[in-house]
Amino acid sequence: MRPIDWFTQALAVAVALAAAPLFLGWVNQCRAWLQNRRAASLWQPYLGLRKLLHKDPVIAREASPLFRAAPYVVFAAMLAAAAVIPSMGTRLPMGAAADAIVLVGLFATARVFLALAAMDVGTPFGTLGARREMMVGFLAEPALLMVVFVASLISATTALPVISEHLALRPLELSPSLAFTGVAFTMVLLAENARIPIDNPATHLELTMIHEAMVLEYSGRHLALMEFAASLKLLNYACIGFALFLPWGSATGRSGPLALALALPALGAKLALAGAALATIETVSAKLRVFRAPEFLATAFLLAVLGMLVHLLLGD
Amino acid sequence: MIPPLVMQLLDSLAALLLLLSFAMLAQRRIVTLVDLFALQGAVLCAATLLLAWRTGEVNLYLSAALTLSVKVIALPRLLHAMIRRLGVYWDTDPLLNISGTMLVGVPIVVFAFGLAQPISALASTATRSAIGIAIAVILLAFLTMITRRKAMSQVIGFLSMENGLFFGAMCASYGMPMIVELGVALDVLVAMLVLGVFFFQIREQFDSLDLDRLESRREAP
Amino acid sequence: MHSAHIRFKSIEASDPQLSATSASALAEVLALLAAWLVVGLAGLVRPGSLRFAGRTLFPLGALVSVAIAVVAAANLGAAPTRVVLPFGLPDLPMHLRLDPLSGIFLVLLGAASAGISVFAAGYFRSGEGTPPGLLCFQYHVFLASMGLVLLADDAYAFMIAWETMALSSYFLVIAQHRIAEIRRAGYLYLVMAHVGALAILLCFGVLQGGSWQFTFDAMRGAHLPPAWAGAAFLLALAGFGAKGGLVPLHAWLPEAHPAAPSPVSALLSGVMLKMAVYGLLRVAFDLIGGLPWWWGLVPVALGLFSALYGIAFAAAQTDMKRLLAYSSIENLGLLFTGIGLAMVFRGASMPTFAALALVAVLYHAINHAFMKSLLFLGTGAVLHSTGERNLGRLGGLIHRMPWVAWLTLVGALAIAGLPPLNGFVSEWLLLQAFLASHAVPYPFVNMLLPLGLGLVALIAALAGYVMVKFFGVVFLGRAREAALADAHDAGFAERLGLGWLALGCVLLGLLPAAVVPVLAGVAQWLGVGALPRPAAGWWMLVPLDARQASYAAPVIAATLFAAVAATSFVLRLVYRRRVRLAEPWACGGAGLSGRTQDTAEGFGQPIRHLFAPFFAMRRALPSPFDAEPRYEVTIGDRFWNVLYAPLAPLTDRVAGALAALQRGRIATFLLYALVTLCLLLALVLVL
Repeated sequence: MRPIDWFTQALAVAVALAAAPLFLGWVNQCRAWLQNRRAASLWQPYLGLRKLLHKDPVIAREASPLFRAAPYVVFAAMLAAAAVIPSMGTRLPMGAAADAIVLVGLFATARVFLALAAMDVGTPFGTLGARREMMVGFLAEPALLMVVFVASLISATTALPVISEHLALRPLELSPSLAFTGVAFTMVLLAENARIPIDNPATHLELTMIHEAMVLEYSGRHLALMEFAASLKLLNYACIGFALFLPWGSATGRSGPLALALALPALGAKLALAGAALATIETVSAKLRVFRAPEFLATAFLLAVLGMLVHLLLGD
Repeated sequence: MIPPLVMQLLDSLAALLLLLSFAMLAQRRIVTLVDLFALQGAVLCAATLLLAWRTGEVNLYLSAALTLSVKVIALPRLLHAMIRRLGVYWDTDPLLNISGTMLVGVPIVVFAFGLAQPISALASTATRSAIGIAIAVILLAFLTMITRRKAMSQVIGFLSMENGLFFGAMCASYGMPMIVELGVALDVLVAMLVLGVFFFQIREQFDSLDLDRLESRREAP
Repeated sequence: MHSAHIRFKSIEASDPQLSATSASALAEVLALLAAWLVVGLAGLVRPGSLRFAGRTLFPLGALVSVAIAVVAAANLGAAPTRVVLPFGLPDLPMHLRLDPLSGIFLVLLGAASAGISVFAAGYFRSGEGTPPGLLCFQYHVFLASMGLVLLADDAYAFMIAWETMALSSYFLVIAQHRIAEIRRAGYLYLVMAHVGALAILLCFGVLQGGSWQFTFDAMRGAHLPPAWAGAAFLLALAGFGAKGGLVPLHAWLPEAHPAAPSPVSALLSGVMLKMAVYGLLRVAFDLIGGLPWWWGLVPVALGLFSALYGIAFAAAQTDMKRLLAYSSIENLGLLFTGIGLAMVFRGASMPTFAALALVAVLYHAINHAFMKSLLFLGTGAVLHSTGERNLGRLGGLIHRMPWVAWLTLVGALAIAGLPPLNGFVSEWLLLQAFLASHAVPYPFVNMLLPLGLGLVALIAALAGYVMVKFFGVVFLGRAREAALADAHDAGFAERLGLGWLALGCVLLGLLPAAVVPVLAGVAQWLGVGALPRPAAGWWMLVPLDARQASYAAPVIAATLFAAVAATSFVLRLVYRRRVRLAEPWACGGAGLSGRTQDTAEGFGQPIRHLFAPFFAMRRALPSPFDAEPRYEVTIGDRFWNVLYAPLAPLTDRVAGALAALQRGRIATFLLYALVTLCLLLALVLVL
């Protein structure tokens, strides 16, 4: 490992931390514009975090230590995930420590702790949210893994940086299997990040919410961590999507500081584009009933499976 | 070594056909089903045109025109008119639920792909790798017909099966002889008209297009 | 791969020194098994004394367990050694053998039973049912018989050990024999154990291949035609599948395992089920030669189905021990899948991946021994403290029994397959093996097997769902019954046992790079194939090629730990806000109680809905006009209704017909004896 690789590593984590709330702010801004509302500032998520951090956390008397520990664990899992996703460059020292399956495992760890914390106080909303989150999760996780596996089959490795490098350096070609899995991945992204059509990030209507229901009991710094972790998760998913489907622009191979310097604006452009696309999808689609969520995710899973089969048949 | 762009496009169109077959399998609205069928025809037409351009076979241009006129324009219009007249917009309550149908669909695709491997090895066309997709489209259309209750969606399934056959012939040997294709196109049109007459008769008799009612006709007055 | 096999044999032949040292290893293991028996017999001296059994005998048994694990682990790399004991059938003395395959399972047996025995020392209470001394005897006979199963080197010794294992565990299952349901569960267990044993016996009958030699060595030498090899394999799969809860032979498992006292449940689920895995591995990879590759597809298909079936049922359960029993069906399903996958790879001449699949199986077997024992013991502690197995009447126990709760959480997270714990490692290995399945050179199979990836991923994710339900409903939230306020934490011995198993889960999770080479050695010895040994440290698991896949569990764990520490430090340092305690917010809703939470039924509802075809479900829904609305749902097993329920009337009828033979007159019986004698004489004449 060269010093610049460690620098890339540090930069990836730093950029993820800094950009996560910004990306969320951008998505919210796009959504507001598309829905003919006046948009809040791009920095609104930071202001929200700052406000929460300055408040005393209020915790239910019935809460156990698990409830207090969960926000830290969830946040740490997302941070660890950010360290292994090749958002800026593909030569990541941490990339060898965790391949794509471990990455999915880290997401699962965060989800399980979130759900357990939601069940801890014993309110009806918490348990309801936990149940729904786990339902969405157990369907979304295999779909995400299948997406990753298609890319692994194409590049004969499960290490995400190596996959990304392989896809970026190979000659440009139309790939139906990657197209299928791209759609599947987008659907998983929507479901896993509590976006419409599975969940509505803006809602506080008890009967429809999932993510909000789980963090209802949190406040102060705990809530700030949970919110930060959620925005980090969205950014992580977006960066996984870039690594698999838009790998161009990030620093690959033995390239030097210049490539890294170019990777930053490239990432910014991709994020701007992805945020606008996400806002568009959320604006044009309606929220599904919770009962229909399995069908949505089954479709994502099926698309990924079809992508794999098409890859095996056509060999692209 | 990557294949030329035309072949990549053809493979992508083939994959799209497969996707549309699954979409038809999952679709509960008959109106949308017809649109999906028209879309499938359009994709087929595009694939035929591409192949014609690549191979220079005049026959293929003709069959592309035939596909466009019959399957993309004429039949969907006919079907839409029929849906309006009959008032059947939904085919809810399929025999097997949607997720179940899709789950059955996956092994069927595997079966079709496996089946196509020896055929692909025998064929000499540039498109031979897509034969598996053609077989899958045929079998999935079959599945669509099996799992539906309304006669209307079964007819659409039948038409989609014909699309698969057509595509298969195109991949394996650059299309059937023109005379066969013309005959089939005519057949399909006539079959549609006859079925249309049947639909009206069935509805007159049973007040419904549910095939369950046909099966229990002995109890009917 | 073959060279390794031959190398071992040649060492055995040429180097008497080495052979002698490991012969002493076999002798040591035998002596330790005998020590278990002595400990058990000592229990019979004072059968009524709980103090003697709990304070003295169970801890001694645990020491023996540790010793067995240590001896077996120290000799894993050694050549197989044999001993022939001078008793048994006239022309078949008892052959015993210690080789790497039996060694690794002895390690599993010793390591897991050590924790269970320590827990048991504090667990058993006086009361109704089997007296403690007798229980101690049965318990240690059970342990020793499992050890003997692993050492047996001829069919006769194997069957003796196998049947002893079944019988002793039967008596343990019905320890609370005054309860009719438990007697019924025990009876079902006994019947199924014998059906399985019959299949195994027949399997050995086929394997001897006409030589009428029943030593395993003779079976290794017999060359069976493919059809007979297939028949032998199917019989083995049926026999060991019946023991391992392979669907559709699983119906006894969720009845019998929960019925037993918790340490016994842990032994049954955590350790005894692995004997089925061992048996199938022994037959499929050691004894049968010339088995066509496609037989491997049968365990893959059945295993995947079992796993999905088991985990779906686990999600729908409302009894915590039944939930865990169904989760065992899931895990055994994954193990059978791995075995089948290894067979397919071996047949397809992909030795590296065959070895990888086998390593995944061995790893998961050891993992499951630790995780499931831990969870069963955790439920045992809860059961003791509350007297309640029904999830609907538990809740909030993390406040009353923090030790049990936190240690159980380790097991729950591990079995849910979360990094950096151990369950994740074996699932990771299995997925890596599955990823190569598209390269199998057989049509259809090369597209069907990769679909297994999706299924394994789904099953792993469902396991997470089930464990959130299990832990969340039992330990988190509010107490659902007032009586739970009196719950007390587990005693010292119980904590120690739980801690031992939890430590095992953590270490197996953090140090896979140290464990996998050992398991790979076992796979290599079996002649399945070898894993490449790339240069990577103790902290980095690289099963194949560094470019292809790698996993550094300690790095992940350290990263998580550092991130948690840094975050909490920074937040506390920069924003010095005090935590205030208050009533829960709950959107301003008041009147929260233990009853305003999701129930176990509620938590299982999405699964019941999605996997509806699996369940034979009966529901009674309340109407809006009921004065006292009641909701009732019962979940039945379809296989029970289709496969098992019709068996009872059939058995009755056969028994009735047989009863007609038994008139009760001496003359009739003598007549039977005469007829039998004549027939036998005639048979001898013909032969």
